[in-house]
Amino acid sequence: MSERTLDRRTLMISAGLSTMAGISAAASGKSAGWVERLLKRRFVELSDERREEILAEIEETCRKKYGRDDITVSDTRALDGVEFAYGLDLSRCVGCRRCVYACVHENNQSRDPQIHWIRVLEMKKDHGIDFAESDIYYDPEEVPEPESFYLPVACQQCRNPACVKVCPVKATWQEADGIVVIDPDWCLGCRCCMSACPYGARHFNWTDPTIAAEEINPDTHVFGNLPRPKGVVEKCTFCIHRTRKGRYPACVEICPVGARKFGNLLDEDGEMRYLMREKRVFVLKEELNTKPRFYYFFAT
Amino acid sequence: MPQISDESREKIMEKPIGPDPETPDSDKLLPGSSSLAVLLVVFTTVSFLVLFSIVRGGVGHVTESEGGSRAFGPTEVTGVDFDIELLPGTEEARFGPEDGGFLVPPPPWSESGFFPCSECHSEMEVNPERRELEEMHDDIELVHGPSDRWCLDCHNPDDRDVLRLVNGRLISFDESYLLCGQCHGTIFRDWRQGIHGRRQGYWNGGKSYLLCAHCHDPHAPAFHTIAPLPPPVRPQFLAHQAQGEIQEAAHE
Repeated sequence: MSERTLDRRTLMISAGLSTMAGISAAASGKSAGWVERLLKRRFVELSDERREEILAEIEETCRKKYGRDDITVSDTRALDGVEFAYGLDLSRCVGCRRCVYACVHENNQSRDPQIHWIRVLEMKKDHGIDFAESDIYYDPEEVPEPESFYLPVACQQCRNPACVKVCPVKATWQEADGIVVIDPDWCLGCRCCMSACPYGARHFNWTDPTIAAEEINPDTHVFGNLPRPKGVVEKCTFCIHRTRKGRYPACVEICPVGARKFGNLLDEDGEMRYLMREKRVFVLKEELNTKPRFYYFFAT
Repeated sequence: MPQISDESREKIMEKPIGPDPETPDSDKLLPGSSSLAVLLVVFTTVSFLVLFSIVRGGVGHVTESEGGSRAFGPTEVTGVDFDIELLPGTEEARFGPEDGGFLVPPPPWSESGFFPCSECHSEMEVNPERRELEEMHDDIELVHGPSDRWCLDCHNPDDRDVLRLVNGRLISFDESYLLCGQCHGTIFRDWRQGIHGRRQGYWNGGKSYLLCAHCHDPHAPAFHTIAPLPPPVRPQFLAHQAQGEIQEAAHE
């Protein structure tokens, strides 16, 4: 925090606290970032060196917990000149739920109790988009059913996110590339964000998430798919660990009908800009002024 | 309230109220015995409803067959590989050309033993007749566009290893999108921009795309229905593990 003036008193206090924290942390063998938490300093405010140290510690803990040496924890930052956006072609989606499980597989969601970041809403063609009448538990032999269409919903990565505004401790914020992330170390578990989100996109870890060690995706991001502890909120991050390295999100790649589109909104010649020029895109619950980065459209 | 004189009040008081002034119960809404009966009816109905909802399992009750009573994980799902292998060369094209390298798998059937078609067809006479196919290609069901469409509208009669556009231009099978684009112009345009069809790899670099024929059988291009993966678990069945913890806590 650069704007904070550092007078002698604060300096003395923080120095004293640091020493005390350091000693007690060393003595008790507490987990990563414990000192900073005591000093009320968030992960993103720390120096690069300290971040590295904490990441290494988290990595170590995680490797030990799951008994796997291939787990890596990164904090890949937002790319310059990139603002992510997502497109979903509702006239293609068949409601097969491949994306739902690909997401669970990719992002280390808890298997039991089950957490799904993507929910596919089945709606009736003669009703149009009607959330009250929609069904997420549809289970016919085969999809699509002739009278239905399907609307997958995950985090809409709003430009004006209600969830960020209500967080009492700033544990969730919007990154430069538009992804709304959560710091699981800072999250209180008050679940205000869950009630603020009009899309039901946030999910709470009521217990320790259970994932079999061999099912863990070892490529993790500290604000993304790093296995979460009990008592924190989690949500879709556009596969932050993949997309910041250039890869498409897992749901885009698994979609058997190619209904899911992803790209950089600032790239004039990119897929997303073409989509927004040529198709009549819309966002969910536009009247709430959340300004999502998730665009739905019906292609011909 | 309007003032009522004592005189008129007395008159009102004198007037008998109710249809039968002889019965003492008649000034009540219901007579004694029937109010008991009504209470009994209400009580029985309510208790039946409560019992019924307990037996049925409450408001959120679902039958086993409705789905959502069990949590499935990705490993329990058969037939879908969630670890997507990129097309060989995608990683190499990652930082390749400025606009990203585009890769495409070989056209369908090109490695199945059918190709090259000329192996059989070069020795055969061209028969443009519309007919029931026997011996070979009898598995092809032509459900695509007008009913008078036939093989040689797209396949080149003189050299079967290539396709033929309407304007007579010959194209190889890996350019088949040009053929499809003759009729499906808007979709062709979308496909070239990456809006129609599936892409894998890097959004800012090397990526693989698919030909029309990879997803749509050109002879019967409509998509077939597929089995959906299991629905999410309903809230009333969610808390397997949590239930244990809660009970433990309650015992302590």
